[in-house]
Amino acid sequence: MKKTLFDKVWDAHVVKEMKNKLQILYIDKHLIHEVTSPQAFNELEQRGIPVFRPEQIVATADHNTPTTDQHLPVKDEMSRKQLEQLNKNCAKNNITLYDLGHKYNGIAHVMAPELGITQPGMTMVCGDSHTSTHGAFGSIAFGIGTSQVAQVFASQCLLLEKPKSLRITVNGTLKPGVLPKDVILYIIAKLGTNSGTGYFCEYAGTVFEEMSMEGRMTVCNMSIEMGARGGMIAPDETTFDYIKGREFAPQGEEFDKKTAYWKTLPTDEGAVFDQEYHFKAEDIEPMITFGTNPGMGIKIHENIPAEDNASFEKSLAYMDFKKGQSLVDQKINYVFIGSCTNGRIEDFRAAANYIKGKTKADHVTAWLVPGSQQVAKQIEDEGLKDIFEQAGFQLRQPGCSACLAMNDDKIPEGEYCVSTSNRNFEGRQGQGARTILASPLVAAATAINGKIIDITKQAV
Amino acid sequence: MDKFTKLTSSAIPLAIENIDTDQIIPARFLKATDKEGFGENLFRDWRFNKDGSINTEFPLNDKTYSGSILVAGDNFGCGSSREHAAWAVQGYGIKVVVSSFFADIFKGNALNNGVLPIQVSPAFLEELFAEIKKDPTTLIEVDLGNQKITILSADSSEDFDISDYKKTCLINGYDDIDFLVSNKDDIEAFEGSRA
Ligand code: SF4
Repeated sequence: MKKTLFDKVWDAHVVKEMKNKLQILYIDKHLIHEVTSPQAFNELEQRGIPVFRPEQIVATADHNTPTTDQHLPVKDEMSRKQLEQLNKNCAKNNITLYDLGHKYNGIAHVMAPELGITQPGMTMVCGDSHTSTHGAFGSIAFGIGTSQVAQVFASQCLLLEKPKSLRITVNGTLKPGVLPKDVILYIIAKLGTNSGTGYFCEYAGTVFEEMSMEGRMTVCNMSIEMGARGGMIAPDETTFDYIKGREFAPQGEEFDKKTAYWKTLPTDEGAVFDQEYHFKAEDIEPMITFGTNPGMGIKIHENIPAEDNASFEKSLAYMDFKKGQSLVDQKINYVFIGSCTNGRIEDFRAAANYIKGKTKADHVTAWLVPGSQQVAKQIEDEGLKDIFEQAGFQLRQPGCSACLAMNDDKIPEGEYCVSTSNRNFEGRQGQGARTILASPLVAAATAINGKIIDITKQAV
Repeated sequence: MDKFTKLTSSAIPLAIENIDTDQIIPARFLKATDKEGFGENLFRDWRFNKDGSINTEFPLNDKTYSGSILVAGDNFGCGSSREHAAWAVQGYGIKVVVSSFFADIFKGNALNNGVLPIQVSPAFLEELFAEIKKDPTTLIEVDLGNQKITILSADSSEDFDISDYKKTCLINGYDDIDFLVSNKDDIEAFEGSRA
């Protein structure tokens, strides 16, 4: 039978099929962080169950960490306690932890790929919905709740029904200035925020084949924003080149052996998906969102559509926008470049490339938050730091930061923030904050101009 | 986990679509290391005005509505995987959430905490909203055994889906950990076969 990439990886991990469609699925790698793990550790302790495969778990501190003065004790007491708890739990259960200040510390979904932990053909989970990021390598990676974190601790397995399969194909050549973020914002705007629910999504076509690993991760990251549990892209030479030589990647002969296996993973010609969508690369433009879910996106020079329904109107009222309005020339006071969507080196290169030799508008506060310590180091090594500092941007220390504003990095009430993160929900970046999602290029251009500009009118 | 079989209650209507987990429980409340107390902050930023006073227009604060059933607009629980959202719903005293569509992770998290998510047709959801509006004390009966939800005043009902396994878990108050751990031999054999 012809199989999809998803089928091949899933089927290779089924321990047992139960009646009633449920399957026990084996999990290769489990990433954990401070926010969604403490209750799972408690659960196990209360039941007297040990952690089954601690060597398959990697922990990081990311959601709750400050992005300044990381060498000092964390000021916020609750945050500090949560981080200490992670530390204790990991020590007690022999789990590797890249704690605050460690040279590998960073957002789980930035850290694991750059260390070579993420590999094709794996199953990976984390108590975080953006675990879908790792699917960029051709792995099955998805977010789980804390009860499931406890299940994986206890058994290295989950009890699941196999999701349906979906393929989104984008062929053609992207226009200049259109980044991977625009591709995924475009897809979500077209399909809506629940179109992927119940599905695992494969992204196929020349656009993804030609994309860098960083770009593929940006795309897969936001799969959850259309409701899909995960996204996947077939592994190819770009994938193998990225993995080769990384800290935890297979080495030498083992690497060749693995590569030979990884090459068998792409979807067979003629395999059938439960659902398919096709888009043309030429139709995609730089995108921005105007509402309070990631599906409320438009091309940067388009006007806000006029929909007559209460939820749509509630959303516009929160954003203080009007139907039919254009966002070009909208004054912006805050810009955030970072997160597991766009906090990788390529994102900072794209921003730096635009910013170089310019200075930000006086009224703009512009935060740059690398996704990991390694990205922070690269920013420095490549001389991007100087470009950013000369332009008046604030380069902070790694973490989730203003993506979810659990630490002090909050956007004040009523303020607009052009953000490279993945969610524009009400209050996501701080109580009353108004988020406009965009690519790192559009975010950089907004900071320089102090307002949203039609980037398609500039040579980029 | 509490056992669930049958429930008859009035309901709280929340006719908003795409309610995401950041609304159910904002991120700033995720710093706890246990499961207690999240109910107090359920829909925090909708329940309270900016100055900290109570938003009396929000259905959860509106005294005309009460009960342990929440009836919500389409695509409830989208966004983050935070189980804190399910803990908040459960902690507030909600036992059943009804909507025309649920996000995957929220649905799973709810079931793992003894909260029953019931997906109904858009037409039935409309009828529910209309009946509750007409009479906020209208009683709704949820019968898990027969997988049926009924608006008693309107004598109108609909069947709902739930996996047999999850149904058994809810009825008996079991969860997946027990089941998975009991399969450890198979799991170890699987590991051995891959080495
Ligand atoms: S950067 Fe944002 S979306 Fe990504 S893991 Fe952190 S909080 Fe979640």
